[in-house]
Amino acid sequence: MEISANTQALAYLVAAVLFILGLKGLTHPASARKGNFFGMAGMAIAIGATLLGSEVQSYGFIIAGVVAGAIIGSVLAARVQMTAMPQLVAALHSFVGMAAVLVALGTYLNKAQAGLLNPVLMGELSAGIVIGAITFSGSVIAFGKLQGLISGAPVIFKGQHLLNALLALVTVGFAVVFATTEASWALVLMTILAFVLGFTLIIPVGGADMPVIISMLNSYSGWAAAATGFTLGNNLLIIVGALVGFSGAILSYIMCRAMNRSIINVVFGGFGGESEGGPSAVAQAAEKGVKAASVEDAIYWMEDANRVIIVPGYGMAVAQAQHALKELMELLEENDVEVKFAIHPVAGRMPGHMNVLLAEADIPYDHVLEMDEINPEFATTDVVLVVGANDVTNPAAKTDPSSPIYGMPILDVAKARNIYVIKRSMRPGYSGVENLLYYQDNCSLIFGDAKDVCEGMVTALKGGGH
Amino acid sequence: MPDTLVALYVFVLACFIGYFVIWGVTPSLHTPLVALTNAISGIVIVGALLVTGAESAGTSAEIIGFFAVLLASINVFGGFLVTNRMLAMFKKKEKK
Repeated sequence: MEISANTQALAYLVAAVLFILGLKGLTHPASARKGNFFGMAGMAIAIGATLLGSEVQSYGFIIAGVVAGAIIGSVLAARVQMTAMPQLVAALHSFVGMAAVLVALGTYLNKAQAGLLNPVLMGELSAGIVIGAITFSGSVIAFGKLQGLISGAPVIFKGQHLLNALLALVTVGFAVVFATTEASWALVLMTILAFVLGFTLIIPVGGADMPVIISMLNSYSGWAAAATGFTLGNNLLIIVGALVGFSGAILSYIMCRAMNRSIINVVFGGFGGESEGGPSAVAQAAEKGVKAASVEDAIYWMEDANRVIIVPGYGMAVAQAQHALKELMELLEENDVEVKFAIHPVAGRMPGHMNVLLAEADIPYDHVLEMDEINPEFATTDVVLVVGANDVTNPAAKTDPSSPIYGMPILDVAKARNIYVIKRSMRPGYSGVENLLYYQDNCSLIFGDAKDVCEGMVTALKGGGH
Repeated sequence: MPDTLVALYVFVLACFIGYFVIWGVTPSLHTPLVALTNAISGIVIVGALLVTGAESAGTSAEIIGFFAVLLASINVFGGFLVTNRMLAMFKKKEKK
């Protein structure tokens, strides 16, 4: 069976609509799974319509590629730990980037064979290759940093931005030469330089800025798909590329806003360390010292509280403390304590990371609230338990204009009656800024691994005989 | 209107759709959103199929195409399945 070009175009339109409905499904957790199925249906229709079209004449390599990809993809999806989602996502971004590069190169070979090259096509090809290559090598670096294969610390050297600007300029230069002269050496050099550029662009970014970088590379992978669509004159790819590109761009914006930083500031990297001279509020508070508390102290206040808010951060993910927190929540609820979770937009290593980990531990999503929803409630909350979060609770962001994080939206933990912070050491958070919260009279620190401490709380509550 | 210009129309209008749809996504589902966009950006598989299966494709184009198909299908299958796995975990409080 072979379908006409018009039938194929209609099928692509249906697929595009299904993808839009799929994304729309994520408006609410209740409709989200249906949305994902819409997406799957759209993809099946798109692939089916392509295979049945007149352009596809041989199937051997295609079947081999799809079968192998299906096996690898399914195994990855089934095995990945929820804490490792950022790595998986980075890997998938790199695959889209590389696929876009390969499609552009293959299209070049096919069109050259058929004598159908023209400057517009070669310009589009170049865009696909450059964006795809940057997405690929940038994502590989992001993966390496997330997986701990390379240091998560920002790598900064003199003349870095000048080097990047030069690389970008020369890459574009080769693209112009290629598009106007069909010189294949220019194509090769452009491709290599674009790979290098992806590497040098992402290497200066620190590990804690990963939510922005993941979002940005998400956006790039969309633009790479759109560029491929322009090359092939395929509207479906253009539409999907624009959707994904904007999705990543909006997420990047949301993440930057939550850190009160500009995207340029994040991309150029090297956050933290500097602060203005003179004894600041931090130094004054440091003289007061901090209070250390035991698990029993915290439990004493928590079991008689009306409301407890738990603030999870990346430390919870590292310690895998979410399951212990779920048990803690259930035990407190049996004591008629209201338990809520407060999520800062940049908690974790990718957007929404904490929500997924809490969902994994079977914590109902209606207990999990975003920053703007929960902030008014802290002032009337008896106990706040901070688990592995730091900078996002620092009141210096509101009170100390000399602080590097001044102006960053924070969770108003400081206003609660009693605050317990589970921490492994007195080391400051990724911003390098001391947390003023710890020096407040109503705040105590429980030193230890997040999981061990939470499990200790569970044991203590069970032994309490309530 | 030349084809490239039509493509540009489609692109710009799709950007607007993306803008409005994505702002509607609830922040608690941002990780599934990234995973779902991973899956649907696997749509480059369409390009990969066209390259690999083209009548004019020589051996080198076929091999390049094979790897493109492979990588894009990892995205498609991995992306949709892991999104489904995550979304299945988002539950409301059970009524007792």
